[in-house]
Amino acid sequence: MSNASKILLTSTKLTLILQRLACQLVENHPGCENTVLIGLQPRGIHLLDRLVAILKEEYALETIESGYLDTTFFRDDFRRTQKILAASPTDLNVQIEGKSVVLIDDVLFTGRSIRAALTAIDSYGRPSNIELLTLIDRRFSRHLPIQPDYLGAQIDALEGDKVRVKWGDRPADSMVYLENKDA
Amino acid sequence: MSNLSVNHLLGIKGLTEADIRLLFETAMQFKEVINRPIKKVPSLRDITIANVFFENSTRTKLSFELAEKRLSADVINFSANQSSVLKGETLVDTVNNILAMKVDVVVMRHPHPGAAQFLSERVDTCIVNAGDGTHEHPTQALLDAFSLEEHLGDLRGKRVTIVGDIRHSRVALSNIYALQLLGAEVQLCGPKSLIPKHVTSLGVSVETDLIKALKSSDAVNMLRVQHERMELSYFPSTREYAQLYGLTLDKLQTIKKELVILHPGPINRGVEITSEVADSDQAIILDQVENGVAIRMAVLYLLASKISTPAT
Repeated sequence: MSNASKILLTSTKLTLILQRLACQLVENHPGCENTVLIGLQPRGIHLLDRLVAILKEEYALETIESGYLDTTFFRDDFRRTQKILAASPTDLNVQIEGKSVVLIDDVLFTGRSIRAALTAIDSYGRPSNIELLTLIDRRFSRHLPIQPDYLGAQIDALEGDKVRVKWGDRPADSMVYLENKDA
Repeated sequence: MSNLSVNHLLGIKGLTEADIRLLFETAMQFKEVINRPIKKVPSLRDITIANVFFENSTRTKLSFELAEKRLSADVINFSANQSSVLKGETLVDTVNNILAMKVDVVVMRHPHPGAAQFLSERVDTCIVNAGDGTHEHPTQALLDAFSLEEHLGDLRGKRVTIVGDIRHSRVALSNIYALQLLGAEVQLCGPKSLIPKHVTSLGVSVETDLIKALKSSDAVNMLRVQHERMELSYFPSTREYAQLYGLTLDKLQTIKKELVILHPGPINRGVEITSEVADSDQAIILDQVENGVAIRMAVLYLLASKISTPAT
């Protein structure tokens, strides 16, 4: 983390938020039955792993169906930006047909990644419904009509700023911070 | 990570190790894509690709076409034996006519070495070489090396023997370049008449005894005897060739070693490889075919990313 960064969520706050998100998931998906949790590559998978760990430990849920989804080949900015083209692995060995899917990502910004994920998920079948869980919602920056169903925290940031989530090995090492565009 | 260092795929010569790594990493993700219930991604939906084949091909053409369709590209096919080439049209004219129909990528197979390079210097479009005479066949070498890595892991220090008609093989040359870039050692094996004289200048070793060659190898790539490219007789009879250089179960049992066996197809069963060996667990011939689609998707995807959109 550089000097020009500002902490948005401390590890204590982050831990509380993760607990709440897990609780909300169980509230709406009792026992997580018939539900598939899907972490979006590359950064949503860490949030997914954290949530699955909490669900297993604190709600004694033995079997939670989950997977990783990469949306690189479904992005709408191919040939339009200098963004990285290399895809991350997709690891989705669960049936999603007729199930309830929760897409999980760390930061919701323009909404374009989520749109790509909604198209990508189609390749695996037709879920009965799809929800969205994000840790951070960057308000007033959406390009598409997409809103989260489960939300950690809302923040306001300038367009060039970057919101980063750092996942440490121990809960105390994790935090969310703002990287200034001039940094 | 950056993109490929080239704007065309003319051969493996000219690629860097980083290019091959990026292609393999991308191909790995495409391999997952082509095993989904819906095997299609929208990346190339605004790209048109022409498959221009001046020489017969079944699997390469099918594989490219499938790769293009899986990427949602629009595809047109052109075969020389049904075209105005027979009426005397030149290569550049033929391709320029196709390009006038707003084509973004040309995938070309041609009987003359250097045809892809020639074209890339004269027309303003992205060229993918699908085999140019006895010169190079880059996508085949990429899929061979990718398949080998799947079975052997890192190829650094591994020894791969290419057996057969090296002289007429574009697969051999591309394989030599690709395997060496990935750190593997390449050995060639075949009758002296089918091994080019100065081939050792490429840094490969030559062994004319198949058993000896197999003993020191981790993998073996059995090339097809290309009767159609031979104006002369390079060996006394097919039977003699099969006895000395055909891969049989007996020979594999003699060396007492597990080998990964590749073949670029089409197979002449009973000549360079027997049916028992071709259908055995050691042969990864059908994996090569599956990986071929994924590799070609990666090549087209990464090259197409370099074509600017009209708006930018």
